[in-house]
Amino acid sequence: MESNKLSRVDYIFRPETNRLDLLKRVMSKDKDDFLLELIDSGLKGRGGAGFLTGLKWKLAKEAAGDKKYVICNADEGEPGTFKDREILDRVAGKVLTGMALCGYIVGADEGYIYLRAEYRFLSPKLNKMMAGINEELKSIGLNFKLGIRYGSGAYVCGEETALIESMEGKRGEPRNKPPFPVTEGYLGKPTVVNNVETFVNTVIIAEIGYHEYKKLGTDSSRGMKLFSISGDCSKEGIFELELGMSLADFVDEFGDGDTKAVQVGGASGFCVPRKKFKETIIGFEGIPTGGSMKIFNSSRSMYNVLHNYLDFFQEESCGQCTPCRVGCQQLYKGIMAVKRRERPATYLDELVKLAETMRFASKCGLGQSVGNAFVSIVENFREEIVY
Amino acid sequence: MSNTENFVKELADKYGRSRESLMPILQEIVDVQNYVNDEAMVNVARELDLSAAEVYGTASFYSFIETREMGEYIIRVCKTIVCDMKGKEAVLRAIEDTLKVKIGETTPDKKFTLLTTNCLGWCHKGPAMLINNEVFTELTPGKVVDIIESYMHK
Ligand SMILES: Cc1cc2nc3c(=O)[nH]c(=O)nc-3n(C[C@H](O)[C@H](O)[C@H](O)COP(=O)(O)O)c2cc1C
Ligand code: SF4
Repeated sequence: MESNKLSRVDYIFRPETNRLDLLKRVMSKDKDDFLLELIDSGLKGRGGAGFLTGLKWKLAKEAAGDKKYVICNADEGEPGTFKDREILDRVAGKVLTGMALCGYIVGADEGYIYLRAEYRFLSPKLNKMMAGINEELKSIGLNFKLGIRYGSGAYVCGEETALIESMEGKRGEPRNKPPFPVTEGYLGKPTVVNNVETFVNTVIIAEIGYHEYKKLGTDSSRGMKLFSISGDCSKEGIFELELGMSLADFVDEFGDGDTKAVQVGGASGFCVPRKKFKETIIGFEGIPTGGSMKIFNSSRSMYNVLHNYLDFFQEESCGQCTPCRVGCQQLYKGIMAVKRRERPATYLDELVKLAETMRFASKCGLGQSVGNAFVSIVENFREEIVY
Repeated sequence: MSNTENFVKELADKYGRSRESLMPILQEIVDVQNYVNDEAMVNVARELDLSAAEVYGTASFYSFIETREMGEYIIRVCKTIVCDMKGKEAVLRAIEDTLKVKIGETTPDKKFTLLTTNCLGWCHKGPAMLINNEVFTELTPGKVVDIIESYMHK
């Protein structure tokens, strides 16, 4: 597989151009033409799962229903991710424009940002901006009203159906899929749920055109992506990069010269050891990421890293299905038992089997992805777990 | 009518009485009273025509909706990996020593509750913590003691 060169770009945080002109331009065109362009742009969701955004909007447009909703997922709970906060802090107008654009295309007249409780400090600014934009939309005859809802400290509510349950005033327990939110979402109505950054990307595509957009990234991973980079770094923070670079180039740029491993995609992502940096591509053809990149140098204990993740999962599992509820606890207790010599090292093999079972037996993405970090850390750093 | 009864009724008037109104109502109770007590939950259940068990079941799911008594200022220190690597243990110890409480406890004057929480989204500026909705980053033991002391005088 060919990787791209690491290249920094600057689209996301560019100040917004004229919002109303952009919306009017889209409104003067055929909706289906816009959808075709969005699909052709290759944009995939930036929240982690990577579903084609244009296709999601098309399904929602075609779904039968007198009432539809647009939801912006600003729950950003994945450990090591902080780019949505920065977007909402610096260019929230673009997010709201993207939501209005979506509302217009799919035929929804209400849109909500679901903001995690930890980001409540942003709400005065967002509320004020929303009130202004609601008036602007009215002035150009776009029937779409923006609002805000808050999370209350539950990672699983980032999962789109748990988010919807939470908005409906219930425990944030994921639903079975199908039906998907595009046909049965909030209050049973067709609903588009997209990540904060995804909405910004749709505005960029409407602005620069899908031809220009397609020039960025690789065949499987179009466009640019915000990376939240932290840990043992030469520089930390939020960086906008073209998708499709190799992890080796990434570590050259952001590592501290002594990088042992990179956790790509947060606690639910994969741990890549140094020997695999060259062959690993960051993007949908390699390891996709919602943006979390945590860099560990050789002074770090990977046991501590794994212990920290499992503590996180056993707390954040909604507890609805047994493989995840019990699995998370057993993995957590299991590695501690091995460390304390209460279990032999071979017990790790049984734990790996358990993690593999959780991948297909769990109900939602939380339980399904615990095995990612678990297996990749245990396989690559077994000695550190045992001794 | 008791104060709580009045308060909950006002919130139901403001947010509505359908199930979707439950979270905004609980969240505003937390904003004002720091936690949702039994009396508040029973009143919410009555206003929204739900069983109290439904309300408790929902409230207790969320880590930012406390159902036990909390201090006026809830301190939540991030315990996720990068903040941990950057010294959150020392920051926690400094808070514990200053307030003379352990994690999970409330000071006798009911002013502070100390908790830990999962990733706050400030890894690049860790260690980080929240005091109610306010964010503090790049903490050191010295800095955090100054912050806590400034809250003591509020
Ligand atoms: C446990 C879990 C947590 C998630 N958290 C988030 C989140 O915080 N933000 C987000 O955009 N997507 C999150 N997702 C993915 C969403 O379910 C959904 O796929 C996404 O919001 C769709 O938007 P996109 O297509 O624009 O990425 C999470 C998924 C799972 C399983
Ligand atoms: S996998 Fe975990 S988080 Fe998802 S539904 Fe099952 S118990 Fe809940």
